[in-house]
Amino acid sequence: MEYFPFVVVAWILGVGLYGVVTSRHLVHQIICLIVVQSSTYVLLLAVGYVTGAVAPYYFDVPDHTPAVDPVVQALALTDVVVEAAVTALLLSFAIQAHKRFGTLDPQELASLKG
Amino acid sequence: MTPAQRRWVFGLAVAGLAAFYLWGLSGLPGFGDYPGPYGFAVLHLAVQQTNATGIVSAINFEYRGFDTVGEEFILFAAAAGTAVVLRRLRGERERSPVDQAADREGPPTSGAVRMLALLFTGPVIVMGWWLATHAQTNPSGGFQGGVILATAFVLVYLAGEFLVFKRFSPVALTEAVEAAGAGGFAAVGVAAVPMGVAFLTNYLPLGQTPGAVSSSGTIALISFFVGLEVGAAFILIIGELLEQTLLIRQGGR
Repeated sequence: MEYFPFVVVAWILGVGLYGVVTSRHLVHQIICLIVVQSSTYVLLLAVGYVTGAVAPYYFDVPDHTPAVDPVVQALALTDVVVEAAVTALLLSFAIQAHKRFGTLDPQELASLKG
Repeated sequence: MTPAQRRWVFGLAVAGLAAFYLWGLSGLPGFGDYPGPYGFAVLHLAVQQTNATGIVSAINFEYRGFDTVGEEFILFAAAAGTAVVLRRLRGERERSPVDQAADREGPPTSGAVRMLALLFTGPVIVMGWWLATHAQTNPSGGFQGGVILATAFVLVYLAGEFLVFKRFSPVALTEAVEAAGAGGFAAVGVAAVPMGVAFLTNYLPLGQTPGAVSSSGTIALISFFVGLEVGAAFILIIGELLEQTLLIRQGGR
């Protein structure tokens, strides 16, 4: 079980990438990109995990209790915010693409304009 | 490129990626044996240095505060970018979202949805505000609280319609709040410089008890500003996307 979380990361990454490559709809493709990025959350949290440790909050546990690494958790938080920003921008591009070309199929879009 | 060719290229790329991933994995410590010296150093020092019991917040708003300024401005730029990309183009005009089909009207919002949305609005605002102002104590902070505050306005949209959403969150006011949030964070950081200490130094009194709301100095203040910025940015982005339902191209499809 020692490597199980990293297998999950690879699976989420692979499924998301497959979706991005084969997608026939821009909104679906954007959601697949979110899935790809979700693998980084699992990776970050899995890397920082310490067996038997508590969450890095000392509100109701004594100081210096062993806790999991807080740095990767802070990085995961950053990741979520950036993903939200990227998703908002991509969705607005998808709206404009549909207005302009009348389709959301990336393959038809590619044949319309290089 | 045909879909079949695309899949072949993808298969080759994935094989390469898998090889590198396995190679990288072999150098990682096993799951649960993380040795990370930096994180553990922060764990040992954060409570004494900042009086914050939420170590993730202490990292985000203090130790890595400089990164978080950049991160906050990414969101700021994304909100501005969404507004630019979705600006009204030539040939677009606004019309009511309920009369998209000429021969029938859109269904009215059901009473159950209205009731639930109104019931949740108050508690959601309280929860968002609480999260944005308690970063120093527990797993919360401006980013989480801000998103939940923005959700309250989406509930208003669900209970009413777009025009009500607009009335509750006028663009000028929301933009002012967003600017105040982003600028406030930067101002808290810059204010340290005239005092002769580095940018984003925690110069406010840290309080007596670790984990009290009044503890942790600038961490609590920055989290509050981040909450304002994130909440307003999400309201702006959601508003821009919803506004697209009102815009159609002339002779549109």
